[in-house]
Amino acid sequence: MSAPLLSVRDLTVTFDTRRGPFEAVRGVSFDVGRERVGIVGESGSGKSMTGRAILGLVRPPGRVGASRLTFDGTELPGLPERQMRTIRGRRISMVMQDPRYSLNPVMTVGRQIAEALRVHGRPSRAEIRKRSLDMLAEVQIRDPERVLTAYPHELSGGMGQRVMIAMMLVTQPELLIADEPTSALDVTVQLEVLRILDDLVRRRGMGLIFISHDLRLVSTFCDRVLVMYRGRIVEEIKASLLHQAQHPYTQGLLNCLPRIGGGHEALPTLQRQDAWNDA
Amino acid sequence: MTPADIENPRGPRRARFGSSGLPRVMKRAAGFVFSLAITLFGLLLVTFLIARVVPLDPVLAVVGDRATQAQYEAAREAMGLDRPLPVQFVEYVGDVVTGDLGRSNLTSRPVTEDIRRAFPATLELATLATIIGVMLGIPAGVIGAVNQGRWPDHIIRVVGLLGYSMPVFWLGLVALLIFYGQLGWTAGPGRLDVSEQFTYELEVARRTGSVIIDSALSGAWDVFRNALAHVVLPAGVLGYFSMAYISRMTRSFMLEQLGQEYVTAARVKGVPEWRVVWVHALGNAMVPLITVIVLSYAGLLEGSVLTETVFAWPGLGLYITQALFAADFNAVLGGTLVIGAMFIVLNLLSDILYTIVDPRAR
Repeated sequence: MSAPLLSVRDLTVTFDTRRGPFEAVRGVSFDVGRERVGIVGESGSGKSMTGRAILGLVRPPGRVGASRLTFDGTELPGLPERQMRTIRGRRISMVMQDPRYSLNPVMTVGRQIAEALRVHGRPSRAEIRKRSLDMLAEVQIRDPERVLTAYPHELSGGMGQRVMIAMMLVTQPELLIADEPTSALDVTVQLEVLRILDDLVRRRGMGLIFISHDLRLVSTFCDRVLVMYRGRIVEEIKASLLHQAQHPYTQGLLNCLPRIGGGHEALPTLQRQDAWNDA
Repeated sequence: MTPADIENPRGPRRARFGSSGLPRVMKRAAGFVFSLAITLFGLLLVTFLIARVVPLDPVLAVVGDRATQAQYEAAREAMGLDRPLPVQFVEYVGDVVTGDLGRSNLTSRPVTEDIRRAFPATLELATLATIIGVMLGIPAGVIGAVNQGRWPDHIIRVVGLLGYSMPVFWLGLVALLIFYGQLGWTAGPGRLDVSEQFTYELEVARRTGSVIIDSALSGAWDVFRNALAHVVLPAGVLGYFSMAYISRMTRSFMLEQLGQEYVTAARVKGVPEWRVVWVHALGNAMVPLITVIVLSYAGLLEGSVLTETVFAWPGLGLYITQALFAADFNAVLGGTLVIGAMFIVLNLLSDILYTIVDPRAR
């Protein structure tokens, strides 16, 4: 493994509520190099919050703490907003879940992609146009010229998510956080969008943090898997060795998956134990 | 390519370059004219019936208490009130269609002429007030939403709450007392000083009916300055109320938009926060805001009777109120009709603005 691009130690995300502080992420540590790391867990396990904390996007009343949170040697917390913005979007980017909500409905696709380029430099109009069209072609949109002038509601879900990927990758970031990038999509287009994403990540040699609740998807798609439970990483395992998972929670997640050709017996209910809270 | 990649039939190409472009515009125009006709007819019917049902006698208002029975009957016949109600109504609608709103008993001028004088005054005041309300209310609402729960938000909310809860006539009187009576910074009630009124009547060409615009167009700068000095207080008072409403709605729409995922996506891209707020979130908040602004404008156009009374502003609200007290039903009906038409026109305006702001409405 190459030198870690991102290094996280003891990351916490705390929300002050009326009933005292609530820790959504409780001391998470991991490194990501130019590799594909999956984070899995059920909803509320803190996986999305981890991704947003890295980008400095946890809004008050949320608080982020970490003994180390470095990207390419730069400590991210406490970085002035102006410098954080040169990292956000330019070097670390994020693909979000549902293109219906994550694309601005009153802006054309072209303007939204151009904006990503414009905030990180002063490219000429011709350059913006060329890079936008090339990027749309890279995510296999057939008629990029037309899509450039389209509004998000005029796109199908699969197209919308490819536009989202294009918008977030057009600046050539080194690390991509994909937060449930296919969960909102039709099953028929999920694989296709994944293939496009996978292809881009490999060709550009980017680091990828793939956040998903779908253990099987993550295991086929990533090199390493981090399993999160109630704000902690309970197990870290190579994707290829997933069937050898030790932790009962991971085993539980695996057992919940239905198998084609499997029996018709009811799937087991996922077991949760308070003892794992501090695993 | 999978089936999902085949553009959906409502894709951009068809929506924008399709052959259905022109007929759609015409269909909309036809629909507009139709709804205008239906609405105005309904409005006429209701107002007409109310006018005939209220225990006010327009004949008595004309002839006075001391008239003999014969004089009374003669006047009643002359006003056409002796005929059956449906006949009266049909006749009235016929007149309205040909642009005749009848004659006002109070001013003994044709109602159309009266309205031509009163309406521009109201239009001028309402437009200025709405401009003030929008220019101050939207930024105030945005700043409040961005600083939710902190002191700028509290200040803006208190200022807005005062605007909500203070009676307009009281605020108008206090404003007159302070800025006109004590400080002498502004002019008093009315649209012009008496001396300027002469200049206006004699030298200024009536192009729009707005004293401010007409005097500026004619180069009568003394009249222009005087008109501004007169309009600033009533427009300020009404603008304050409009601002209170618009800022409150802006704040709540902005809070909703700022929680949306596309706002986070913009931040992920590294977009500066001012742009996230004022371009991304406000751009989307403008969609519902248009209705709010247009409705508030329509409310002001109805003629703010109280404000017009306090400031002796010869607008539509004052005209209709005075006509009502004098049982001058032609004037009341005519004025109501104008207000109804105004509402429909503003609805159309808000539809047009929608399609500009929201691509989904196109």
